[in-house]
Amino acid sequence: MTPHMLTRSLDRGATIFLLVVAAIGVLIPLSNLLLPTGSFLHVPTYLVALWGKYVCYAILALSIDLIWGYCGILSLGHGAFFALGGYAMGMYLMRQIGTRGVYGNPILPDFMVFLNYPKLPWYWHGFDMFWFAALMVIVVPGLLAFCFGWLAFRSRVTGVYLSIITQAMTYALLLGFFRNDFGFGGNNGLTDFKDILGFNVQADGTRATLFMLSCLALIIGFLICRSIVSSKLGKVLIAIRDAESRTRFLGYRVESYKLFVFTVSACMAGVAGALYVPQVGIINPSEFAPGNSIEAVIWVAVGGRGTLVGAALGAVVVNYAKTFFTSGMLAPYWLFMLGALFILVTLLLPKGIVGTFNSWWEPWKAKKESAAEVSAAAEDGVTEPKMAE
Amino acid sequence: MNVMDTRATSAMLYLDGVHVSFDGFHAINNLSLTLAPGEMRAIIGPNGAGKTTMMDIITGKTKPDEGTVLFDGVTDLTRLDETRIAELGIGRKFQKPTVFESQTVQDNLLLALNVDHSVKGTLFWRGNKAESERIEKVLEIIRLTDARNRLAGSLSHGQKQWLEIGMLLAQDPKLLLVDEPVAGMTDVETHLTAELLKEINKTHTVMVVEHDMTFVRELGVKVTCLHEGSVLAEGTIDQVSSNDRVIEVYLGR
Repeated sequence: MTPHMLTRSLDRGATIFLLVVAAIGVLIPLSNLLLPTGSFLHVPTYLVALWGKYVCYAILALSIDLIWGYCGILSLGHGAFFALGGYAMGMYLMRQIGTRGVYGNPILPDFMVFLNYPKLPWYWHGFDMFWFAALMVIVVPGLLAFCFGWLAFRSRVTGVYLSIITQAMTYALLLGFFRNDFGFGGNNGLTDFKDILGFNVQADGTRATLFMLSCLALIIGFLICRSIVSSKLGKVLIAIRDAESRTRFLGYRVESYKLFVFTVSACMAGVAGALYVPQVGIINPSEFAPGNSIEAVIWVAVGGRGTLVGAALGAVVVNYAKTFFTSGMLAPYWLFMLGALFILVTLLLPKGIVGTFNSWWEPWKAKKESAAEVSAAAEDGVTEPKMAE
Repeated sequence: MNVMDTRATSAMLYLDGVHVSFDGFHAINNLSLTLAPGEMRAIIGPNGAGKTTMMDIITGKTKPDEGTVLFDGVTDLTRLDETRIAELGIGRKFQKPTVFESQTVQDNLLLALNVDHSVKGTLFWRGNKAESERIEKVLEIIRLTDARNRLAGSLSHGQKQWLEIGMLLAQDPKLLLVDEPVAGMTDVETHLTAELLKEINKTHTVMVVEHDMTFVRELGVKVTCLHEGSVLAEGTIDQVSSNDRVIEVYLGR
């Protein structure tokens, strides 16, 4: 990222968003760690973990908005990349347990002892090192997305057909990870984590740090997405979204562009999953469930497709609502409410929360600006039209 | 190495014995046509004559079943895809104006400029003076300077047609394929478009598909009439429009 890309990417909305995330990222952990438990402003640890989860979902939503909102690729399988990143982190955490497991085996995680694995499968090697696991968090989802995208985009699979095969992809992974002989703990998944980089995952300090890191990842992810969409490449992506074949006739290699954003997006989803796992303490195949991926798309639709800020906001709002409603007597009806929410947003707020806000705010702002320009023009004579960047 | 030695033909565009059928329907049937460098050619023909299919073949959207399509005497277009063909220098304006509606007029032209179209090139792109000047010039030619910051979707139909022609100019191809440029335009706009195309033709080879005979007459160029996927008649507009077979296919037997 070069400086001009960064400055170009920061408009007012983006700056406000970054400041808010940074403030939350600092204030919540501080209040949790420094204020006394009885204090009115004290944030209890369970809330830190819960909000940490929301922040990870926001990163996932951001990654979906990058491809769906700007390039028109509706992936209904992004939960798969999130889960793969989560599994990579889970494998590291499993290897950290060592002899503290139920069976006390220094090498094999409990489920392998239980399932009579003679030795560690080859693909578990290296995960005892954090740097390797962290690399895999990005490489595995990225590689899968690259191979999947290479085949799909080159064959010009688009629209609903692409959505269906992404669903099939995550479903296939779901079935695979459910199997005990797949080597990832079957339907129980990976859990019972002890520590991360030597720190106890249950400790308040670790949770606060993980929360802070999640906010940092959200900020970095947001900056990457903004840099992409505010570059000329972003204009090409929108061109592909709106008129794909026209873009081809202008001499753009559409499949390369799609492959690029799809892979970047999958890597981001992987990072989100990796931050999610230590905070919730478990990763199991249900994270691959097709429903999860669809739900993530709903967050983006609710918040506002093609706005980035809206995607993050939508993830937090919908998940907050989910926590709120599923913990009360309305719990059995949550799915109906989610469905109703999606229908209502599609009918009443087709641009989502942020998109609707923008379409109210921007004409007003433009009016104010053009008025200012006219008065400025009157003062200096002629205004030079500048090329928009 | 002299390129002229390897040229199979001196023509800018050379089609010979091209066949295409869709599920048994012969859309293009033994079509042969040549376009000299710097020429402007009008293509007419009744609905279903294969005009748009021919453009699809030239731009790589449709692959012919058999036949030769040579660009600039050396390049076999039947082996290449749309992107590669656009890179070689063939630009296309669609029948229905296709501009990027959610982007500004200026950005539409920026996207069309024939500069680095790679992922890396566009990601790290920074505007430069030469590019802005070219955009400025095209805006002037297509008379949209004042509308530069408007969204392309908010333009009138005629303005969209012009913007698309402007995008072709920004692309600066060797060969322009223009499909029905004056459909839905007023008489004044039609006249201005004819002037614009004549101006463009001074530096580019152009192929225009059009139904509007007044417009074709105004262009004053060689006319090719297609019928059932092959050339029926070729010559000046007067020769072609007085040709008995042309009258027959236009009016029905």
